[in-house]
Amino acid sequence: MLLRHTPDNLVERGALTINPAKTCQPIGAMYAALGVHGCLPHSHGSQGCCAYHRSTLTRHYKEPISAGTSSFTEGASVFGGQANLLQAIDNIFTVYEPEVIAVHTTCLSETIGDDLPQILDKADKDGKIPKGKHVIYANTPSYVGSHVTGFSNMVKGMARVAVSTGHKNGKVNIIPGWVEPADMEEIKRLAAMVGVDIIMFPDTSGVLNGPLSGEYKMFPEGGVTIKQLREAGDSIGTLALGEWCSADGARFLDTTLKVPCRVLDMPFGLRATDRFVDALRIVAGRSVPEEVAHERGQLVDMISDMHQYFYHKKVALAGDPDQLIAMTEFLTSIDMWPTHIVSGTPGKAFEARIRELTAGLPYAVNVKCDQTADMFLLHQWIKNDPVDLLMGNTYLKHIARDEDIPLVRWGFPILDRVGHQYFPTVGYKGGLRLLEKILSALLDRKDRDDQEHAFELVL
Amino acid sequence: MTPAMFNNDTTMTAAEIKEELLKKYPPKVARKRAKQIMINEALENETPEITANVRTIPGIITMRGCTYAGCKGVIMGPTRDIVNITHGPIGCGFYSWLTRRNQTDAYAPDAANYMTYCFSTDMQDKDIIFGGEKKLEAAIQEAYDLFHPKGICVFATCPVGLIGDDIHAVAAKMKAKFGDCNVFAFSCEGYKGVSQSAGHHIANNQVFKHLVGLDDQGKPGKYRINLLGEYNIGGDGFEIDRILNKCGVTNIATFSGNSTYDQFASSHTADLNAVMCHRSINYVADMLETKYGIPWVKVNFIGANAAAKSLRKIASYFGDQELIDRVEEVIAEEMPAVRAVAEEVRPRTEGKTAMLFVGGSRAHHYQELFKELGMKTISAGYEFAHRDDYEGRQVIPELKVDADSRNIEELEVSPDERLFRPRKSQEELRALESSGLKFKDYDGLIPDMERGAVVIDDLNQYEAEKLVELLKPDIFCAGIKEKFSIQKLGVPMKQLHSYDSGGPYAGFRGAINFYREIDRLVNSRVWGYLKAPWQENPELSATYVWE
Ligand code: SF4
Ligand code: SF4
Repeated sequence: MLLRHTPDNLVERGALTINPAKTCQPIGAMYAALGVHGCLPHSHGSQGCCAYHRSTLTRHYKEPISAGTSSFTEGASVFGGQANLLQAIDNIFTVYEPEVIAVHTTCLSETIGDDLPQILDKADKDGKIPKGKHVIYANTPSYVGSHVTGFSNMVKGMARVAVSTGHKNGKVNIIPGWVEPADMEEIKRLAAMVGVDIIMFPDTSGVLNGPLSGEYKMFPEGGVTIKQLREAGDSIGTLALGEWCSADGARFLDTTLKVPCRVLDMPFGLRATDRFVDALRIVAGRSVPEEVAHERGQLVDMISDMHQYFYHKKVALAGDPDQLIAMTEFLTSIDMWPTHIVSGTPGKAFEARIRELTAGLPYAVNVKCDQTADMFLLHQWIKNDPVDLLMGNTYLKHIARDEDIPLVRWGFPILDRVGHQYFPTVGYKGGLRLLEKILSALLDRKDRDDQEHAFELVL
Repeated sequence: MTPAMFNNDTTMTAAEIKEELLKKYPPKVARKRAKQIMINEALENETPEITANVRTIPGIITMRGCTYAGCKGVIMGPTRDIVNITHGPIGCGFYSWLTRRNQTDAYAPDAANYMTYCFSTDMQDKDIIFGGEKKLEAAIQEAYDLFHPKGICVFATCPVGLIGDDIHAVAAKMKAKFGDCNVFAFSCEGYKGVSQSAGHHIANNQVFKHLVGLDDQGKPGKYRINLLGEYNIGGDGFEIDRILNKCGVTNIATFSGNSTYDQFASSHTADLNAVMCHRSINYVADMLETKYGIPWVKVNFIGANAAAKSLRKIASYFGDQELIDRVEEVIAEEMPAVRAVAEEVRPRTEGKTAMLFVGGSRAHHYQELFKELGMKTISAGYEFAHRDDYEGRQVIPELKVDADSRNIEELEVSPDERLFRPRKSQEELRALESSGLKFKDYDGLIPDMERGAVVIDDLNQYEAEKLVELLKPDIFCAGIKEKFSIQKLGVPMKQLHSYDSGGPYAGFRGAINFYREIDRLVNSRVWGYLKAPWQENPELSATYVWE
């Protein structure tokens, strides 16, 4: 047994987190920043955080992840990191020549209280930011929220670039939230099908799913440009996908530049995708073309064809709130039973939302989203009330093996499988893929466990 | 001028390469980097000096990690039955959770193994404002109640040092309270020191202070050693243990691959310390010698010839003919399989070139394996070494103690009144030395590298990319962060920190694994697919028949 010390009996913990279902803010900021064209993320703190964040993102995306660090040592920790950051900005623009530097803090620079806007202002006044180049920033203290919060904060940093000229440009801003490069691509495809002109930020497609060609580009083609970010202030509205990842940025545009916003669920599964497409249609005043309805119909078709394998199967999930909410809805919509759900990312509305989505089920789900909502707790819940399927990141594989439960990898980070960078799980097409994954996991399991006389050749 | 020693198609000299690497830097950065980039002259009687173990330049994309990573990740990470609690916000603990591929074998199904668990106090803003000691105390209590481990270790992350939590006091209090659980702490905040090397030092010091010497009941055996600086990445430690067992040598404790509380506690009962990774642990070898009287030798089990040499070294230390013969038997038994694979692979690897930029010893050790494949290492360097790792231990007395090194506690060690026991008399030691066995000795990387090779300390992403472009090595070895940018350039990249997915590479079977892995990497067909046919021949010189 890999997790041989996890007892069945639940014990209250107040201080010790065991096998967390979250990580820290800066990694989210770093991922988001990579979705800006020509952007080098910069971690303002000691170099270890930056190394860890780069390593984890690299392991997940299987792509080069570059980022600078202010490389604090003891001195900077005591006297403040201004000198380090100024020097870093200078070196970065000289050596790597990015269009944009996206600075985020770590718990170190936050604790000593480095004032990013002031330092960046000084950098600008000292001429350390070359003409035509940009520095954006986000405060990302790791002792608040989670990686999701960091992502959201950097998105807000991008929204700060927007300006309003007073002339609407007819475009719709879409903030996709923390999804895969392939998902961002899929969102763009859907919008194009509906005929809506969009500005999407961040956009890691083309940045973190690049080709192998014998050339290394530190700044690949993809990503939202600063020009587009500026224009986002003139858009007719913003669709923010996910309350946790995207709403802050959208509301910021709303309150500062009067770009109205709607906060939707992330478009995982049938119903959330329906609402997304419908919202796109309405804000842009378009009609939804037949191709989209066709894709939708395919998803409904697969649900109806395979329903017998989903019906009343119990699922345990760990992950991030926006994803979990959408997935919980999807699972219940195909008559599966989300049974245990943990998210290390705090947020009052989460539990209520999950309860609402699972209200029709004949039992109360176990749901928790605070510091001790970790995988240790999830495992204990599973021991007490076993499930048919696990969904979440790679770190669930130990539970999957110990308890002999199939696992569908989904979320962040996925360290031991590939495909997530290339194949979307959002939208109707993504829904098909999710169902395929769920089905394969359940059926592989069935094929392994069925007795010989009951071993089936056909579905 | 230094002769070019690189690939056939490279006409640049080493000096020109160095110039090229520095060209783009602002003057201050260039001046600093120039001292860390060295063309190896490999002079007869003196090694050129390199600057190492100095701060990373802000904004320059470094390969380095931090003190916490060295302490919790490298040294304590592989210990299986100690509950390692990270005191800090969640990230640090999360990222050091199972990511180094340290293998462990907990033998019995009920034996303690906490390596799959990540423990953290997950500090929140109120802990940062009001202090985190209470929460730490409660977390230790909860860990104790849940698991009743033999030991609980606490690791400080950056904010802990800043807000001044006294983790050592909390640990001592809890230790006294429990009575049957050893609790101690590490002030390994990420910002201490200039690299993870500082963390190794902090970890080793605390293990030495709080754990070594507590249990006089070592394993029985005629020839008893400790293996220092071996972390069982990809199962290296298992292979070394297999070989030692086969020779009849007992390994009391590995620091710290697949290690346990009891092994550390009884490590002072060994009769010899064999040091693998010099960087991460050389000072522990010194302290074990001073306090308990255990001499040490440098060994290297990476590379079949190196492994054989190291076994002979250990045998000659004990001096028993029985062991000496047994070692020869084992080498004779193991080598044919190794040679067979080497011969099979060599036609495909001979003459190819490698670059190695890794931690503290691997950039040196792995050159042995490449040599066995007929490959040349044209450039190498360490991520966080000190000068002695490059130039040899004779430079240790002249190393400057700067502000960053002063942060790291140096333990004052003296012979233990009860436990100090010289393993060999002065005459015996002298006799061994005159027969060629060197104690406390390490020549470093530079003397082993070819003339004209480029040695670079703390290589960064920019220089890595430039080096690869200029010298087009057949393989590049570094860590995960470097992997994909190098591969985008069409050069295969092997991780030598955590080995990607492979291993073991130590010992005889490890050599076989490595030969096959390198063969695969440098001969994979994929590197021939980088250009599509229409990119290779863009001109339209003929039309298809149907036109
Ligand atoms: S929790 Fe803080 S110190 Fe740790 S990796 Fe995250 S930002 Fe760095
Ligand atoms: S070779 Fe490097 S990474 Fe590995 S243990 Fe030694 S110092 Fe650490």
